[in-house]
Amino acid sequence: MVEDFILETKGLTKEFAGFTAVRDVDLRVRRGSIHALIGPNGAGKTTCFNLLTKFLPPTRGAIAYNGRDITSMAPADVARLGLIRSFQISAVFPHLTGMENVRVALQRHRGDNFDFWRSKKVLDDLNGRAMALLEDVGLTEFADVTAVEMPYGRKRALEIATTLALDPEMMLLDEPMAGMGHEDIEKVVELIRRVSANRTVLMVEHNLNVVANLSDTITVLTRGQILAEGDYATVSANPEVQQAYLGASHG
Amino acid sequence: MTTTPIKPVSPAAPERSETPIIMGMIAVLAVLPLLGVYPYFVMQALCFALFACAFNLLIGYVGLLSFGHAMFLGTAGYASAHAAKVWGLAPELSILFGTLASGALGVLVGLIAIRRQGIYFSMTTLALAQMIYFFYLQAKFTHGEDGIQGVPRGLFLGVLDISKPLVLFYVVLAIFVAGFLLIYRTINSPFGEILKAIRENEPRAISLGYRTARYKLAAFALSAALAGLAGATKVIVSQNASLTDVRWEMSGEVVLMTLVGGLGTIFGPVVGAFIIIAMQQYLAEFGQWVLVIQGVIFVACVLAFRRGIVGEAAKVLRRNL
Repeated sequence: MVEDFILETKGLTKEFAGFTAVRDVDLRVRRGSIHALIGPNGAGKTTCFNLLTKFLPPTRGAIAYNGRDITSMAPADVARLGLIRSFQISAVFPHLTGMENVRVALQRHRGDNFDFWRSKKVLDDLNGRAMALLEDVGLTEFADVTAVEMPYGRKRALEIATTLALDPEMMLLDEPMAGMGHEDIEKVVELIRRVSANRTVLMVEHNLNVVANLSDTITVLTRGQILAEGDYATVSANPEVQQAYLGASHG
Repeated sequence: MTTTPIKPVSPAAPERSETPIIMGMIAVLAVLPLLGVYPYFVMQALCFALFACAFNLLIGYVGLLSFGHAMFLGTAGYASAHAAKVWGLAPELSILFGTLASGALGVLVGLIAIRRQGIYFSMTTLALAQMIYFFYLQAKFTHGEDGIQGVPRGLFLGVLDISKPLVLFYVVLAIFVAGFLLIYRTINSPFGEILKAIRENEPRAISLGYRTARYKLAAFALSAALAGLAGATKVIVSQNASLTDVRWEMSGEVVLMTLVGGLGTIFGPVVGAFIIIAMQQYLAEFGQWVLVIQGVIFVACVLAFRRGIVGEAAKVLRRNL
């Protein structure tokens, strides 16, 4: 049986002046799975992410999304194909309210619209849907609070609600749990599990407990190369992986 | 830190309409000359207020600091002065021509400048503005240091005799109000919401699928055209287009006006423009010292009222102004 991969890279390489951050990475993400990218600091996880979403141009290699070559596409155009990313630093619009944050994403369905002469009241149609999305991530009472005033965990939830507003086929989450307390981590794990139905999720994550119970497939990167791949049991039993992790700052 | 009990911190200020304040502002402006304020001064200030509002659309709502906005003020000034004096166009058509000329220049400059971020964007606009300045210094039709003098006023829309000061005043006020309302609407449009998102976090806006360069270019061209509207109107008021309006000092002055009034506020640029123009008018006897006084005010604003006068007022009143 042919496996169905939504995202595939071939020989993906990124060189910065005299330094190879990502080397010959062949990554294949199965449709509908939760796939985690782990590795010690500096392994090239975030660079890999930036390559996949076109925020960085690769030096060599190819990226295919849904069988389509996206290697030379602009980042906004990749997003329009349904591949939406998050950022390591929570990516919200700080001085907009929770409702406004989500609405900016919902507005995308209006296309490239430069209607500066129209009142924003036309956007009120989107409020119901925005509220439903906020409710979905437990942010109902934060609808009128500006994002900058929200606690960290809530910002991440808001970011996920904003991403979901676009109904993406695939979500790329860059360290969704970074800087969170236990309580929030559980909430976000639950949230990711819930929203991953009918979607593909690729995430970079440091927290191994999270990765262990959330992901179907784990790819371990070190020094820009793939070291191991498989489910948690396979990967964690790999002596090279243990070596890489124990040798690095993660115990 | 993140596990402390969570309660919504100060719910955002209830959304209150600015309409009564806008009506009040227009009413006050309309009676100023009847209260004995020199109409010419108010007209000058109104032109600068519109110029500052156009500039504020970029810095306050898209986060782009243009340090060459004088090129749009001056280009429209020369274009409309030439159209009125040499081609004999009616004043409204001259103003329209000047506005479009600046809008077109805005598209060209924008295409180059928006490829850069932050300080590089500002420096690019400054460099291009200097090129435009030297072009006008050399070009025949601008008459170099003399400028285009004696620009005729004629009949506005064929009926309003704008050689009468009071008629001219209300025409200028109408143009200002139209420009101000257009900017106000832009800020509160679906387009404006995307501009604010770009100002807040451009990479995130891109990751949501917005081609942000196009939005920035559209905003830049719109701002340039509105700065042009101010410049063209100013020329009809002063009957003279000169190099003063394209110098880099003018680009700096509009930054000062906007900062004093309040960046990213609706009324700030208007207040700032009136304060700066009033200072130049009423402190003229101090000669070059006006610049020193302006400098002191600028420093005071940056140190003490970072949000500008209107911005601080908005904070005290907990509402948008």
